[in-house]
Amino acid sequence: MNTPSSPSAPAPEHRLPPGFALHASGADGSQEYFLNMGPQHPSTHGVLKLVVRLDGETVVEVVPHLGFIHRAIEKMGESETYVQYLHLTDRMDYLSSHINNLGVCMAIEKAMGIGVPERGEYIRVMVSELQRIQSHLLWWGAFGMDLGAVTAFLYGFKEREKITALFEDLCGARLTMNYFRPGGSNADVPENFIPRVLEIVEEMKFTLDEFNALLSANPITISRTQGVGALSRERAISYGCSGPVARASGVNFDVRRHAPYSIYDRFEFDVPLGQNGDCYDRYRVRMEEMRQSVRILEQAAASFPEGPHRAKEKPVYKLPAGSYFSSVETARGMFGTYIVSDGGLKPYRIKSRSPNLSNLAPIAEMAAGGKIADLVAILSTLDIIVPDIDR
Amino acid sequence: MNLAPIPHNDHLFVRRLKQVGELLRGMRVTWGYLVRPSRVVTREYPENRETLTFPERFRGQVVMPHDAEGEHNCTACTLCEKACPNGSISILTTKNIADKRVLGRFVYRLSSCTLCNLCIEACPFDAIHMGHQVDNVEAASYERAALDLILNKREGR
Ligand code: SF4
Ligand code: SF4
Repeated sequence: MNTPSSPSAPAPEHRLPPGFALHASGADGSQEYFLNMGPQHPSTHGVLKLVVRLDGETVVEVVPHLGFIHRAIEKMGESETYVQYLHLTDRMDYLSSHINNLGVCMAIEKAMGIGVPERGEYIRVMVSELQRIQSHLLWWGAFGMDLGAVTAFLYGFKEREKITALFEDLCGARLTMNYFRPGGSNADVPENFIPRVLEIVEEMKFTLDEFNALLSANPITISRTQGVGALSRERAISYGCSGPVARASGVNFDVRRHAPYSIYDRFEFDVPLGQNGDCYDRYRVRMEEMRQSVRILEQAAASFPEGPHRAKEKPVYKLPAGSYFSSVETARGMFGTYIVSDGGLKPYRIKSRSPNLSNLAPIAEMAAGGKIADLVAILSTLDIIVPDIDR
Repeated sequence: MNLAPIPHNDHLFVRRLKQVGELLRGMRVTWGYLVRPSRVVTREYPENRETLTFPERFRGQVVMPHDAEGEHNCTACTLCEKACPNGSISILTTKNIADKRVLGRFVYRLSSCTLCNLCIEACPFDAIHMGHQVDNVEAASYERAALDLILNKREGR
């Protein structure tokens, strides 16, 4: 701290803003100051506020401030029926809205013993994987832009648009899908769905090569990300990280593989694992995940069955009293839904375990000691969706 | 599956050469777009407003189709009102000349609607749709009151 202290003033550590713990280094020439990054900063992807304690350009401590987009979705859920609640989960992690819907639907199905027809399961898997690719494409674009490559942003969005257009034909929405329902989905896929998926699959292979040519081995990307923001395997586990963030640190955990839901156990795919847990590994894990999703899509499209897309619809969805849990792998990690039912039409309590809060938690540890520009790279490769944290 | 390890042991000169190569490789992609405009996908909105089409299932604001005689299918059963998660719909009923309960006003508040499709799924008479015309998307307004709509064209029918 560079504020002079008088004997009557409280000790410097008591004057630190909330959340900061370290004492002033006291080293000569230390020029510590606090900086608000966000809630309007372009690299905080929405409304995350990071209070950064800096010594020159070096980050000493970071404290994230949350709650700018809190909408009390879980509380709202208590006054809505289960099917009405579905559309609110779109608004948590809006880039994985299909997968969030799926998580809630699965909990309801588990509670009521509803089965899903074969075609319905295939639709679920394919739509989830398309959503994952779509989300990672947007991440890739935003990552490029955070590091200063605006071209990447446009290319990422251009490729994503193809999948978004497919979703638009499928369920009428581009972001807040509200498509899956207990027992299947609210409508069958349009006639040209499979040909279009195959088209996207072919184009994705080309696109990923192009993206690799643009950024993956680019010396600027490498120097901005390699060895930056390393997270060890142990720390990733103790923070409860999941998804690509944990896998880049070498945690071999993917809900699709280790607690398979829907029909994921029928498809062949690899779970990419990093070794260093740095920003570059997180980057490479996501790039590889897109390839694996393309693989799943290819297999699913080849054996897409005929038949009904949804089990017989129930007039009301009334869960027997008890508690139910389901977990799915969204583009960012494990999304759990915990429902406590008292046997009524509406949940007694509905709780989401969303991946982003735990994925954001290690940021203080990762950023400390680095430069402020590294903080941007770390934030970008953590791929935070703030409305999912605040709910 | 572990990611391939990153080779580090190149000579500095080789490494620099590779880096320049990578930069050129990226440049080739961006310059490629300049000479291959077929891969460009920009659409000029609002210039293309007249020709803009939306998919069949597109979820614009809720509309109530009327036939040539100005009749609609709504029977004022209020199922859509009950299905709506946020109270965006109010069905105000009235009595017609034969003392039958009919739709007076279908009040639809676009300002609170989340375009979730649940009312359309709930309607047993196919009386409401989600619009997929360009007019059903451009709803910006300076006043909130302008977003309170009455969907049936004539009261009591
Ligand atoms: S689309 Fe959803 S929010 Fe809008 S009026 Fe219908 S049910 Fe209500
Ligand atoms: S729109 Fe449909 S659901 Fe709503 S009141 Fe009319 S008939 Fe009933």
